[in-house]
Amino acid sequence: MNIINYISSAAIPVIILLIVIYGVMEKNKVFDNFVEGATEGIGIVLKIFPTLIGIFLAVGAIRSSGILDLIIKAISPITSFFGIPSEIMPLALVRPISGSASTAVATDIMTTFGVDSKIGLIASTIMGSTETTFYTIAIYTSCVGIKKIRFVLIAALIADFVGMAFSVILWRFLS
Amino acid sequence: MLNKIWPIFIIISYVYAIFNGNVEQINNSVFNSTSSAVELSITFLGTICLWNGIMKIAQNTSIIPKLTKKLKPIINFLFPEMKKNEKAKEEISMNIIANVLGLGNAATPLGLKAMKTMQEENPKKDTVSNSMAMFIVLNTASLQLIPTTVIAIRASLNSANPTQIILPVWGATIVAAIAGITATKIFIKKESKK
Repeated sequence: MNIINYISSAAIPVIILLIVIYGVMEKNKVFDNFVEGATEGIGIVLKIFPTLIGIFLAVGAIRSSGILDLIIKAISPITSFFGIPSEIMPLALVRPISGSASTAVATDIMTTFGVDSKIGLIASTIMGSTETTFYTIAIYTSCVGIKKIRFVLIAALIADFVGMAFSVILWRFLS
Repeated sequence: MLNKIWPIFIIISYVYAIFNGNVEQINNSVFNSTSSAVELSITFLGTICLWNGIMKIAQNTSIIPKLTKKLKPIINFLFPEMKKNEKAKEEISMNIIANVLGLGNAATPLGLKAMKTMQEENPKKDTVSNSMAMFIVLNTASLQLIPTTVIAIRASLNSANPTQIILPVWGATIVAAIAGITATKIFIKKESKK
């Protein structure tokens, strides 16, 4: 645990250090380079800001309206057919939509059922192995003004589903 | 995509909330969502500018070409159309490396940069190209080596073994990434046949 903590907190400083040392050794104007790059960053943020507001509005609506419980109830026959524990369902549904909401839901599941219980372990594995799909797609496409995403959402959701199903099956074997 | 999903999310939630007496919650959520978007953007402004700056330094050195060379076989397989675009390949490799190291704050700005470079070669500016599709799908699969956030949550909840999930997470990530890559390759093939 300590080693892992150390590695994860050392990663960013080490990378910055290496890059700066390389830049100095190759006699570049390191600070000018930095400022030039950082200036470009402002444009990127401005471009994704309106998308963020929109996404947060929609996600906030879903979270606060209570409709999630209804959806979970509605699809429970399908999920129980695949052997997905119903306790995991709120997490599985929220995970692709909202990062902060899924962190909250996962923490809630782990507190309720026990962090080292089978359900808690499945929730942890899902949290660690998936990303906030909708948000990622929205940010990556809006920064270059793309409107048509073809099959990207379906492919990404397939990957999410396979990862989640794998987590459930794996812990059934392990515990 | 968002032109369809966004109104669906809003209409369904608002109508449901109104009929179920959750109007107050939904009203609060409107104001909470704008302020959290602003908060996130301010964080973004810092990290995106920082990593763009650091990356600019790196791009003028020989580190990135060296790293890109190591990742070449994978990148050429995943992004056949970018074979000749060295800049795109560099940015894609840096994004993958940042993801693997769990540097979410660095991975997003690098990824957005790569999207911009790929957009230059994109014949249809309003539609994702094959390479962009693969790139986004790859970024929605969490490729990180050490799932730090979950480990931190588990530790804070007094787990007997917070890191117990690392191996299962690797398994799930790899399986999910392979599923995403395969699905993307199949969709690309199917569309090109039409």
